[in-house]
Amino acid sequence: MIVASLAFYLFSFIAIVSALNVILQRNPVHSVLWLILTFFNAAGLFLLLGAEFLAMILVVVYVGAVAVLFLFVVMMLDINVAIIREGFMKYLPVGAFIGIVLLVELALVFGGWAMAPEAQSLRLAVTPDMAQVPNTEALGLIMYTQYVYVFQAAGLVLLVAMIGSIVLTMRRRPGVRKQDISTQVNRRKEDTVEIVKVPVGKGIA
Amino acid sequence: MSTMPDLVPAYPEIFLALAGMALLMIGVFRTKDSTGLLTWLAVAAMGVAALLIVNGPQGPVKTFSGMFVVNSFTVFAKLLTLAGAAVSLWLINAWVHKEQIARFELPVIVLFATLGMLMMISANDLISLYVGLELQSLALYVLASYHRNNLRSTEAGVKYFVLGALASGLLLYGSSLVYGFGGTTSFDGLATAMASAPQSHVGVIIGIVFVISGLAFKVSAVPFHMWTPDVYEGAPTPITAFFSVAPKVAALSLFLQVLAGPFAPLIGQWQQVIVFISLLSMGWGAVAAVAQTNIKRLMAYSSIGHVGYALIGLAVGTTEGARGMLFYMLIYVFMNLGTFAVILSMRVKGRAVEDIKDLSGIGKTNPGIAIALALLMFSMAGIPPLAGFLGKYFVFMAAIKAGMVPLAVFGLLASVVAAFYYWRLVKIMYFDAPADAFDPPDTATGFIMTACTVLMLVLFFESAPFVGGAETAAKALSFG
Repeated sequence: MIVASLAFYLFSFIAIVSALNVILQRNPVHSVLWLILTFFNAAGLFLLLGAEFLAMILVVVYVGAVAVLFLFVVMMLDINVAIIREGFMKYLPVGAFIGIVLLVELALVFGGWAMAPEAQSLRLAVTPDMAQVPNTEALGLIMYTQYVYVFQAAGLVLLVAMIGSIVLTMRRRPGVRKQDISTQVNRRKEDTVEIVKVPVGKGIA
Repeated sequence: MSTMPDLVPAYPEIFLALAGMALLMIGVFRTKDSTGLLTWLAVAAMGVAALLIVNGPQGPVKTFSGMFVVNSFTVFAKLLTLAGAAVSLWLINAWVHKEQIARFELPVIVLFATLGMLMMISANDLISLYVGLELQSLALYVLASYHRNNLRSTEAGVKYFVLGALASGLLLYGSSLVYGFGGTTSFDGLATAMASAPQSHVGVIIGIVFVISGLAFKVSAVPFHMWTPDVYEGAPTPITAFFSVAPKVAALSLFLQVLAGPFAPLIGQWQQVIVFISLLSMGWGAVAAVAQTNIKRLMAYSSIGHVGYALIGLAVGTTEGARGMLFYMLIYVFMNLGTFAVILSMRVKGRAVEDIKDLSGIGKTNPGIAIALALLMFSMAGIPPLAGFLGKYFVFMAAIKAGMVPLAVFGLLASVVAAFYYWRLVKIMYFDAPADAFDPPDTATGFIMTACTVLMLVLFFESAPFVGGAETAAKALSFG
């Protein structure tokens, strides 16, 4: 038990520190690297909760795909941090004020949090007994049955996102030399090579 | 556990999704430009979906573990959405060929946006609500910046995207608070949870307010309207026409479904919020439009005002109010499509113009367009014998019967102010010195303009079947 609590505090502490570093770093590339560390620690917290599937998904999807994508975007876009930071001090008081008001409001809401009396009985997807069903299987069981509608709809959302990004960015530039393999393979010697007999002492006209 | 869900109620949606993917394949593998072909196929798919809706189950049916609902309300709203989307698609097709920016993905994206709207209307769960909304919104962001070489179009897309993402965030945050209170995302379950605790605590009310804010953004109600004029002005004109009809119907229907469904027991809490939003939208829609010089911005403020009037029907919280709102939306869709058909025919020597002063004197140079626009403007202002009058009449009467006389009086005052700028257009058309004459409109645009104008008269004199339809639909909601 003591190992688990120690691991919890370790993961949480590193997660908070690295999350702070994400927003405090001057260099956006460093921010993304800290973000990756945050993801790893959050995955560790999931593992402690017994949600090993979510932990692995977090590493595979967020670290493997999303964070690397961020890294590419940050490196490819020439973001001038100095310009973004311009006016930071000017807007700081207003921003801090709004933030504090929101924080107080949220504290009031969560301080007096109550649940509907029926909330327990109304739950749609009750966590099954972990000893009976491993959590990967449990997720699969509701994802493809009870939630199949939203699962498919989410797929459509991704399809639209993909079509949209192609519509908005793909251009056919004239004059770009693209490799066309079938043309290359279909080229015959007669079409391209001409054998010319050059008479002695004369050039080719 | 693993029985197959009943697919019959969702046939229209499933058909549209499959049709969208099939159209995409046709567009990809056909070497010629297939925008025109795909447009007609998409309109046909919407027609088939409408047939499936009409011939499908009408009574309250739920499927997909209660995430998806079909009743006479969803039938009415879906048919209206499909009609608005199909006519806009027709306008879009005529326009992209003129501007020579036709690409086959356009009808496909419109089709997926429409599918998202149908899913929103049928949502019976906070998750299916959000997924439908996001499917629609993502497609709309792409459509707004469709004219990607045009700076204003891309600006409109980015603005819409950033603010839309913020609104989605608000909606999700509100949903999470509501879920935290009720322990469920299903509308039926939430209704039970809310009913048992009418003196509910502040957390769930904040949740509802966040959900309302997110939805108010999607219907562009004041104070969440800031994106509307810029997006309407920047987006290509027929796409603005699409924005101003189909998504509005879907989002307002969703608004009704959510507030009359799970949150109905808390009407005392949300009613004042809706009254406030409605008042502000009517007022600001009327006042801010007066100073506009661009007709698309004018239409943006006009649509903000119309959403305000429609929200009166929601604010009163009765079946009669819901009926008024649905009938208002029905009129609004065709009134707006007609007006946008007029705006699309504002072309001088093959170039599109969109300033109000370009309309100067078209009463003499283009009498047909001028008559259509004048009638549509009178309808927008709510002057009998045009349908716009009946729309306002039903929502104001509902407000008076529910004892909310000040709301109705304010609505009347706002429509007087709004009448000023609608009349100003008529004055410019008939009494100002003629500017350049417009090119004759193409067949599609001319036909839609004429049909919508005639419909304004038909809806006034033969309103009974439509009001009856709206009434049947409104009764399916659980308002008292």
